[in-house]
Amino acid sequence: MTKDIIIQVEDLVKDFGDLHVLKGINEVIHQGEVVSIIGPSGSGKSTFIRCLNLLEKPTSGKIIFEGVDINSKGINLDLHRQKIGMVFQHFNVFPHLTVLQNITIAPTLEKKISKEEANKKAIELLKMVGLEDKKDEYPRKLSGGQKQRLAIVRALAMEPDVMLFDEPTSALDPEMVKEVLNVIKKLADDGMTCVIVTHEMAFAKSISDRVLFMDDGIIQESGTPLQIFENPQNPRTIEFLSKVL
Amino acid sequence: MGSSQTILEVFINNFPLFMQGLMGTLQLAFITVLFGTIFGSVIAFARMSKFKLINFVVQAYVEIIRGTPILVQLYIFYLFLPMAFSALSNVSEYWFVVGALIMNSSAYVSEIIRAGIQGVDKGQMEAARSLGMSYKNTMLRIILPQAVKNILPALGNEFIMMIKETSLASVFFINELMCTQKILQSSQYLVWQPLFIVAAIYFVVTYALNQLVKLLERRLSVSD
Repeated sequence: MTKDIIIQVEDLVKDFGDLHVLKGINEVIHQGEVVSIIGPSGSGKSTFIRCLNLLEKPTSGKIIFEGVDINSKGINLDLHRQKIGMVFQHFNVFPHLTVLQNITIAPTLEKKISKEEANKKAIELLKMVGLEDKKDEYPRKLSGGQKQRLAIVRALAMEPDVMLFDEPTSALDPEMVKEVLNVIKKLADDGMTCVIVTHEMAFAKSISDRVLFMDDGIIQESGTPLQIFENPQNPRTIEFLSKVL
Repeated sequence: MGSSQTILEVFINNFPLFMQGLMGTLQLAFITVLFGTIFGSVIAFARMSKFKLINFVVQAYVEIIRGTPILVQLYIFYLFLPMAFSALSNVSEYWFVVGALIMNSSAYVSEIIRAGIQGVDKGQMEAARSLGMSYKNTMLRIILPQAVKNILPALGNEFIMMIKETSLASVFFINELMCTQKILQSSQYLVWQPLFIVAAIYFVVTYALNQLVKLLERRLSVSD
């Protein structure tokens, strides 16, 4: 991999009280790379991805994003977070705003983009995910899959350099999983750097450049989808895959 | 002369007096809840602050006010403050009573506001912050507009509570509904009739307001 490093994680530790969730993680995410994180529940996957944009404050360690340790003092975290999009399991769309406003609120407030420009961009994004006819609806009128597609373009409207997906399809009805995965696939194909925590093994296998297997607060094994899924080395990986595949 | 009159007669004969009392009560409750809300908001944010000292002081304030009777607070304001601070000796008694009621209400309202804000799904805060929105913008544009739905009906209930609580101000002869009863008792020797009239007016007003709050609650929950 010769491309630029976008996120570098050094000795990341996260405790919740007496509970040691992350026990020292070192990892590098390169520009344009699609990295999936798999592993059993409670392995620390979600905590790990939430540390990448400091939604969880690490107990210790460095999160170096585009050359800056964003876990150090005196950092304007908001500016960095604008470059790190995040999509959540439970969508977290803003229920009191229309679909269009959901997308434009952050760019107009934080990047001082004019309303017209923000609206124009938002409609382009909505077209990309097939929601342009819903632009004036409130989220309560949307299905789960539509909400998640909205959440994805809301993050894209900030023009991030990397997208984090925290179990983006886990709260969806089965028939809606595909429409969301297709959007993520399109982003990945277009060169967006993606980090995806997922339980969709087939999806992880098909979309990823690299798969990380996490268990017990550390990355137990890392490799290409072929290595991880066809020829896992770590006994824990083997055991996990034998349960889910 | 008074004891032979029927309730209806007393009500009709002294209608303006009762209405004046009711207006006094509504005014007192409104001023109390209005300023209680303003100070209560400040207290609520101070309680959610990450500075431990502010947190502690504000929490103590809320606990003390909620843990002592409102009548004691009224007496402290009414008797002690003018004694302790001579600069206040020219201030009308009305404002000491209002001050005590506002202080009392602010503690309760701060809890209403805090619960309203914390009742908003924490995923909303995370989503907004992950977009790079500042804490201030997130609060003003994402959290508070949603919290208002939890807060408004509870504030309505606080207003209804205050309509009843302000009757304690009659101890200090402040113009409000309960005081009307005292006036009629001392001036016309009417004891029991005004009591029931006053009770009925309180009930009608609070019942009507209660229905309004319920309507508001239903309206607000529709848009979820």
